[in-house]
Amino acid sequence: MPDGPSALQLVLSGDPALFAIVRLSLYVSLSAVALAALIGIPLGAWIALTRFPGRQGFIVLLNALMGLPPVVVGLAVYLALSRSGPLGAFGLLFTPSAMIVAQTVLVAPIIAALTRQTIEDLWLEYRDELTAMNLGPLGRVMALIWDARFSLVTALLAGFGRAAAEVGAIIIVGGNIEGFTRTMTTAIALETSRGDLPLAVGLGLVLISIVIAVNALAWSVRRAGERSAG
Amino acid sequence: MSMLTRRLLIAATASLVFASHAVAQDKSIVVASTTSTQDSGLFAHILPMFKARNGIDVKVVAQGTGQALDTGRRGDADVVFVHAKPAEEKFVSEGFGVRRHPVMYNDFILIGPKSDPAGIKGSKDIVAALSAIKAKGADFISRGDKSGTHQAELNLWKIAGIDIAKDKGPWYKEIGQGMGAALNTASASNAYVLADRGTWLSFKNRGDLGIAAEGDKRLFNQYGIMLVNPEKHPSVKKDLGQQFIDWLISSEGQKAIAGYKINGEQLFYPNASDSGA
Repeated sequence: MPDGPSALQLVLSGDPALFAIVRLSLYVSLSAVALAALIGIPLGAWIALTRFPGRQGFIVLLNALMGLPPVVVGLAVYLALSRSGPLGAFGLLFTPSAMIVAQTVLVAPIIAALTRQTIEDLWLEYRDELTAMNLGPLGRVMALIWDARFSLVTALLAGFGRAAAEVGAIIIVGGNIEGFTRTMTTAIALETSRGDLPLAVGLGLVLISIVIAVNALAWSVRRAGERSAG
Repeated sequence: MSMLTRRLLIAATASLVFASHAVAQDKSIVVASTTSTQDSGLFAHILPMFKARNGIDVKVVAQGTGQALDTGRRGDADVVFVHAKPAEEKFVSEGFGVRRHPVMYNDFILIGPKSDPAGIKGSKDIVAALSAIKAKGADFISRGDKSGTHQAELNLWKIAGIDIAKDKGPWYKEIGQGMGAALNTASASNAYVLADRGTWLSFKNRGDLGIAAEGDKRLFNQYGIMLVNPEKHPSVKKDLGQQFIDWLISSEGQKAIAGYKINGEQLFYPNASDSGA
């Protein structure tokens, strides 16, 4: 029974494999959050400002989708991207791109639902001013998103938290391939299955530290932005 | 949806597809294999040698044998490297695999708590050992995931004349997970479990577990490799995949397999030259 290095040793020695895994985790989750923001923020803002039949039901559905089970999303994306599936020709299965797609599906409803709530609250508050400014619907959406930009950071962080913590979807569509699709969470799952619980716990602590660091960075950007915006 | 959003979405989708094409350009294959070959550390030992020789990256997706064969069947892997000969022969006869090559073997061992509630420690008769476990109602963890090890376990119950689907009691727990998870569960609950020797030797969370029974001929565990049929799935990289198979069954590849040891103990025994294996 060989004794492998501990997570602390890997961090202190600057282990290249560990840093590649951290880099991939950040690349996949941040890309997914960026794509999900492109979808979720306009969608959420649009729902906040538009009245249409079935809107209440749609909002309930959107809120419920925040709790999409990752393993189900993973399976659905797997079947879609498989060579035998409808999008098989792109050859995306078992690549980081497939992981980004799966996490985007998981994160977009979170960002959309939180954006909808934020924008709707703002809209109720500033409806008169915005109406007086005589902006078109698109102008209103843009103005409200701009006004809400610091609050929306929280929506993005909630999405990032979901993506960074998730293992069920990416292990199915990524395949946990060493040096290619292995992320922090799938590495933790692997080390647990190899019975190397101390290394798994150590990697878990590294992951939590990274999530805290990303949140601290977002917080200071937000504070700096708020100060300069007065 | 605004025009801008739509454009951004299209750009994002396009960049995803481009990124994947860039990846597809380099020399790499996807091998669907079993948790035992990965968890034991065999791939980490032999793949760098293959890469140095042929310059091909091998991306291993470690699954149970049943799932790995299914991945091949769907065309999502170029090569399948597993351990359940009847299932492999079916895979080839159905036209999903080109040809099955024997690669190596090791053996299954029965793992159990040192307290040995079934009283089978040191047994060389796996059938008698399993019968004793059932008679005493000692806790037993089954993979329950259609993996090669699970299929071997089911076969051993059958040889013992026990219809496990009907005769199982609360002592028999199917966890539906990989080898490592099954060993973790056995370790936490002091239960018996059938394992492949390779995963056991590299497994670290042993707790109070040890080998309860080994050395029975019926515990033989043969591994085979197959190229996924490019006629079924044109996306299969047949030349690169065949290079990997050829290397693995060459004398160089076979030596690399034999050279993988943990604490001086060899984990896998190459036997590609044994055409009946």
